[in-house]
Amino acid sequence: MTASIQIHHDPATQYLLRLGDTCLILGQRLGEWCGHAPVLEEDIALANIALDLVGQARALLTHAGRSGGFDEDQLAFLREERDYLNPTLVELPRGDFAFTVLRNLMVSTWLKLIWAALAESNDTELAAIAGKAIKEARYHQQHSADWLVRLGDGTAESKRRCDIALSALWRYAAELFDDDAVDAAAHATGLGPAWSSLHAQWRAEMAEVLAEATLAAPEDSVFRSTGKRGVHSEHMGRLLAEMQHLQRSFPGGAW
Amino acid sequence: MVTGAALVDPTRAERAWAVLATVLDPEVPALSVRDLGIVRDVIEHDDGLEIVLTPTYSGCPATEVIAQDCLAAIAAAGLGAARVTLRRAPAWTTDWISDEGRRKLRDYGIAPPGPVEPGAGVAMRIVRRRAAPALACPRCGSVQTEQLSAFGSTACKSLYRCTACREPFEHFKPI
Repeated sequence: MTASIQIHHDPATQYLLRLGDTCLILGQRLGEWCGHAPVLEEDIALANIALDLVGQARALLTHAGRSGGFDEDQLAFLREERDYLNPTLVELPRGDFAFTVLRNLMVSTWLKLIWAALAESNDTELAAIAGKAIKEARYHQQHSADWLVRLGDGTAESKRRCDIALSALWRYAAELFDDDAVDAAAHATGLGPAWSSLHAQWRAEMAEVLAEATLAAPEDSVFRSTGKRGVHSEHMGRLLAEMQHLQRSFPGGAW
Repeated sequence: MVTGAALVDPTRAERAWAVLATVLDPEVPALSVRDLGIVRDVIEHDDGLEIVLTPTYSGCPATEVIAQDCLAAIAAAGLGAARVTLRRAPAWTTDWISDEGRRKLRDYGIAPPGPVEPGAGVAMRIVRRRAAPALACPRCGSVQTEQLSAFGSTACKSLYRCTACREPFEHFKPI
């Protein structure tokens, strides 16, 4: 069993890990659809979106690990649960297709906005990663939006499932826009935007799609998830057990 | 006898460029890595050649194979020590695919990408967006085509069909 690594908790590293872990963990969840999506085209679509996200995660984790001397694989596979800093939204079990489509729309809309802001980062490596990733996020957002409209404005059953997904997922969006000291430091140093600054545009874009899909967003909730501070839902441990298994059992194993 | 132009031996970098024109993309083997526009520079250093590549997609699984293939071709051509470096910025765009590359794609049965609109996607166009310009079938040329799937066999392509000749075909997505 390989020992866990201890990450640095300086604000810049946390900021990069929050973003990198969002891509990594959603990529892992979407990978679960391989061979299980309702139609072949969507099986391929979800696997392709996962591939883009894992590619973005690789670049971000490589960058985040540089100061502490860790590589992308050590960061992806050898951290303890508390050291993963993704918002809880992306670790929730994949649910049904409506759940996956809605979550992909919520996350890709958010990612598109943060990549656009990060393309102006004074961290040139981060800006370069963002300049590439925003093209991918736009395509993911478009695809998810097309599907949400089709499902929400579809049959009674597909609409019912969208409503269930909305009531399950909407409350987890708040964490994407709550600032803390990590955001303040990133904003002050020019590393990246405070996450709260993305909220108005995110709401506007989500509202446009929901209206077209004849769906309504639930009321905002006082509930706050805390994944980006390392305090995860009960689902995270199982996800990590599966994701980390090979590297923990066969340290340094490679294809 | 003196001729008009002196013959000059090509430099190592020039020979490397020529060699790289024969290295094929592993996932779209109709195109060389130069047709694809991912070779951004070849620099001669004292300790060997530096080949600068810009990856296509963040998660493209072919990136590492392409780097190995480039180095193998340089070595086979006897051009000495070489290394590959990745340059992320500016991000790769399908606008860098050469005209020759577009012709090869069409001949291979893949509809080449159109030009990337400036600022594409910056303005929100999620619903009621402008219809995409009609895509010509690479087999029969008809523009009576429709999208089957936004994603295809590789990250860089989507799937269409032609309602005139009834053949499916792939489209290289403009990004």
